[in-house]
Amino acid sequence: MKYFRLVWKNAWRKKIRTSLTVLSVFVAFLLFALLSAIGQAFEGGADVADADRLVVIDKVSLINSLPMSYLDRIAAVDGVQSVTHSSWFGGYYQDPRNQFAQFPVDPSSFMAMYPEYKIPREQLDAWAKDRTGAIVGQELATQYGWKIGDQIPMQATIWTKADGGRTWEFKLDGIFSTDDPRGSAAMMLFQYDYFDEARAFGKGTAGWYILRVKPDADPIQVARTIDAQFANSPSETKTSTEAAFAQSFTKQFGNIALIVSLILGAVFFTLLLVSGNTMSQSVRERISELAVLKTLGFDDRTVLGIVLSESILIMMVGGMLGLGVGWIAVQGLAKELASFLPGLFLSPAAMMLAVAFMVGAGILAGIFPALKAMRLSIVDALARA
Amino acid sequence: MTEILAHLSGVNRTYQKGKEKVEVLHNLDLDIPQGDFVAIMGPSGSGKTTLLNLLGGLDKPSAGSVRVGDAEISAMSNSQLSHWRSTNVGFIFQFYNLLPVLTAQRNVELPLLLTKFNAKERARRAAIALDIVGLSERAKHYPRELSGGQEQRVAIARAIVSDPSLLLCDEPTGDLDRETADEILKLLQLLNSEHGKTIVMVTHDAQAASYAKRTLHCDKGTLEVREAA
Repeated sequence: MKYFRLVWKNAWRKKIRTSLTVLSVFVAFLLFALLSAIGQAFEGGADVADADRLVVIDKVSLINSLPMSYLDRIAAVDGVQSVTHSSWFGGYYQDPRNQFAQFPVDPSSFMAMYPEYKIPREQLDAWAKDRTGAIVGQELATQYGWKIGDQIPMQATIWTKADGGRTWEFKLDGIFSTDDPRGSAAMMLFQYDYFDEARAFGKGTAGWYILRVKPDADPIQVARTIDAQFANSPSETKTSTEAAFAQSFTKQFGNIALIVSLILGAVFFTLLLVSGNTMSQSVRERISELAVLKTLGFDDRTVLGIVLSESILIMMVGGMLGLGVGWIAVQGLAKELASFLPGLFLSPAAMMLAVAFMVGAGILAGIFPALKAMRLSIVDALARA
Repeated sequence: MTEILAHLSGVNRTYQKGKEKVEVLHNLDLDIPQGDFVAIMGPSGSGKTTLLNLLGGLDKPSAGSVRVGDAEISAMSNSQLSHWRSTNVGFIFQFYNLLPVLTAQRNVELPLLLTKFNAKERARRAAIALDIVGLSERAKHYPRELSGGQEQRVAIARAIVSDPSLLLCDEPTGDLDRETADEILKLLQLLNSEHGKTIVMVTHDAQAASYAKRTLHCDKGTLEVREAA
């Protein structure tokens, strides 16, 4: 700590050069924060997945529906504690740009399957009794200014009604939320019975089934039993963990994690070149000063530590600023994009990783100049001064 | 009997220059008593600075021994030498070699960063050192805001702040005008006479050497002693 002033003053001896380097670090970590949050939004479903929940989908494609008759047969499988179903509605509110997820579900069994969604008991009861009722997540209610009792018309892009209409009217019976910052409640849930009765086609089917295995049951064995039961039927199934289901859903958009990693890899590689060059120049310019420090009694390791600390300090200043502004930006974006990209969230793990990157990049950028300073011959350096 | 502070015995220093070996110091014997003020003169390349570097533990002899106080510094490792330098010897250079990013006060405090003194004690000792060299009022100034003579005074304060017994000066007035040089040399004399510092000063300037108690002439790696006028 007693060397901090020396390290700080040395780091800022060329203010413009250091400022530009700090700016490049700032941009790199701002990008890191934003891309991590986007990656988190796409991968978030897997993160919040419950290990005891399995999802049953059509073996060929998630787009294909499964017969509703599967519900009881899945429930009867040994090791299954409870089962519910869901389907993709794919509508929009007023304008095609107002996209968010909507699912027709069975109210009581669905909410029992997802205890992380919190809703007042009376609102849940009201919804269960209301055939055209719906509930929405808190983010959506805030974004669109909805309150309980409002009529919400949704425009269908897939499911036309039997009467040919594309407008589905729902009455808002409840608003739910989730405490988990990685999870999202930016969705609308409405009654499957109303949906199935009113739709023009696909009656008697569900998009997928969600089941909870008993605590003492082996989820892998349960999944195998279910898939075996429907083998060689017109609708064969693929049963996987909720995390695997979320990941396969995400992969429809491409390998987000790989794209994020490639972008960040390029950014950090460039950052290392920029900051490494700054540190090399900085050390080259003050060879005689470093020789004087060694003359005064600063040993090789202390000189190495001082130069490395400068490099890490520059990374930390730019990095923490970038991370801080990124965090603020993510908070704002999360509100703006709550319905389009729910779960936008800069996780503590990502922030820890960013700090580790700052230290690591600081060491990498500074290690060669620091070694040069450490190995400096006092006599030669003073003779050249 | 005067105690010997520095004792060089049979010192050789050779450097490899390409395929050729260059002998800078040849079988050198030298005793420097405690409290001495020695000027070393000689033509360029005669080995003056090499001798100073050996006395300060910045360089090691190719053969022979260098003892300063109780320490056989020619047998020390680089790490041991660093520690030894921080407490036993102060260096004063021709071009002052202050760190431009630090104030005079902070420059003087630099050697104390290697001690266990806290910030308050470091500041107190640096203030005393600056007072000795007459620069208390310039403590908060950066080197670029000081004249050459003032910079050298700060460098002297930095050299004495850890209270070493030996001061090594390499052309301390080489970059100064006559008047300022005389002030610096008087200050060195004061440090020698009033504060008991043993001083070894390399110089080309006979007038500067006249401030010393004795002058050694270095030529082709050997020394000849002449008493001060």
